[in-house]
Amino acid sequence: MSVAALAPAFAMAAEEPAAAAFRKPVSAPAIEVAGVTKVFGEGKPGAVHALGPIDLSIAPGSFVSVVGPSGCGKSTLLRLAAGLDRPSAGRMNRYGEPLDGPSRQTGIVFQEHVLFPWATVLQNVMLPADVLGLPKAEATARAHHLLELTGLKDFAHHSPQMLSGGMKQRAAFCRALLADPQLLLLDEPFGALDALTREELSLELSRIWQELGRTALLITHDIEEAILLGDRVLIMSPRPGRIRADIAVDLPRPRNVGTAALPRFQEIKQAIRELIFNPGRPE
Amino acid sequence: MTIAAVARPGTALRRLLTPLSYVAIVLVWEAAVRAFEVPAWLLPAPSAIAGAASDWLPELATNTLVTLRETVFGFLVALAASLPLAILIAFSEPARRLLYPILLGLQSIPKVALAPLITLWLGFSEWPKIVIVVLVCFFPILVNVVAGFESVPKTMLDLMHSLKASETMIFRRLRIPAAMPHFFTGCKVAITFAVIGAVIGEFVAAQSGLGYLILMSTSQSQTPLAFAAIALLTIMSIVLFYGIELLERRIVRWSH
Repeated sequence: MSVAALAPAFAMAAEEPAAAAFRKPVSAPAIEVAGVTKVFGEGKPGAVHALGPIDLSIAPGSFVSVVGPSGCGKSTLLRLAAGLDRPSAGRMNRYGEPLDGPSRQTGIVFQEHVLFPWATVLQNVMLPADVLGLPKAEATARAHHLLELTGLKDFAHHSPQMLSGGMKQRAAFCRALLADPQLLLLDEPFGALDALTREELSLELSRIWQELGRTALLITHDIEEAILLGDRVLIMSPRPGRIRADIAVDLPRPRNVGTAALPRFQEIKQAIRELIFNPGRPE
Repeated sequence: MTIAAVARPGTALRRLLTPLSYVAIVLVWEAAVRAFEVPAWLLPAPSAIAGAASDWLPELATNTLVTLRETVFGFLVALAASLPLAILIAFSEPARRLLYPILLGLQSIPKVALAPLITLWLGFSEWPKIVIVVLVCFFPILVNVVAGFESVPKTMLDLMHSLKASETMIFRRLRIPAAMPHFFTGCKVAITFAVIGAVIGEFVAAQSGLGYLILMSTSQSQTPLAFAAIALLTIMSIVLFYGIELLERRIVRWSH
């Protein structure tokens, strides 16, 4: 599996005028969050203050992991970044533009694979092309590239039900990458997988991400996964979710099987564990 | 020796089990009627039913055709009426508020009770039977299709929304395929009801159809003929049901 094989397809996609225009404000953060809160059922008796206020800036091309206990609003944060939900208060920008809804420059991978059982693997991967009206021939070529990259080449015309959990999630990654999004939003994408598949897929994702140079926001409850993939790890507090700490991961890239064995990795992991389990203690 | 070779006799036996049980029932029936000398007007033996069926073959054939026509035509009309309504109810809140109570009220009326009235209004033709079939078929299809449109998982909707998909795109790409298994469930319920509806219509007033034939033959103590007609109705019901099932297996491959 060669990641480099995909590079020409991405270069071609990058020359599309719409995409070129989008990349103009290079200095603008991929995601900028200022004073954002989210309250569900606002004004009603059972209103739940799920998130915030949160301030956050994600540099283009960086990989940011968010960890936190369940129910801390980390998935809410991702839904806000995706434009699927609106914040109750505060301001959000995407590449310098106000974030007021979903964008074709965003690709999402959910915890569940969300593949349509009535379509083949290839048709599922092609979904963004159909919905966004991308040129069919190019998109098909790209879909085949992505399937080859993720080892699903021989399963293009299979039904998703015939794939293992890990393969389904690979297909979901292919679909998220099809339209060459600037921003990848990953909502516990390995959460439903077994430990071995999870580690294998995270390393694969790390490699692909580094090759593509896109921005990624990963929501996870797995500390090791957060460190292994991220340039930064944000630690969230329980509800209402706030960012308690922002840890830089100064581990060398490319990350590989040996990364988790590095002393520095263990140091960062221990620091994060302290922050999560002993929040009262000063850093 | 392969595993398949070992497994084959077992599966063959399992396949034969259903037909064998039918054969057994028929044999027990035949033996019991003969042993206890049950009169034919009370309970005819299978052999007597078969005899009546071959004696009355042309009559049975034409009346089967009449009932089949009423059933299938009524079913198709119900299908044509319920699908647009299901779409309207699934996607328009005012339509749902306006139509659902009316339809629910209509569904709550026992159709058997309506049959004499419908016959009074529409006369003795095949039309009152078709209308009864439409009435009994309509609701199961409608309810199941509406449920099908709404059975779409939220994550799939999120995925479509994240791609800025329009409502028509979501309908075409997501709601229609998601509703297919429900649609076929509704059709299978409806087609079984349809046969019953047609017979009820024929019981009330008719000059043809298997329901009419059953009524006539029992009143003249031609019980074997009545049994033959009932057997044909059963076969019709099963064939129609499995016809839809076959279509479902061809179209809805993913849920099998």
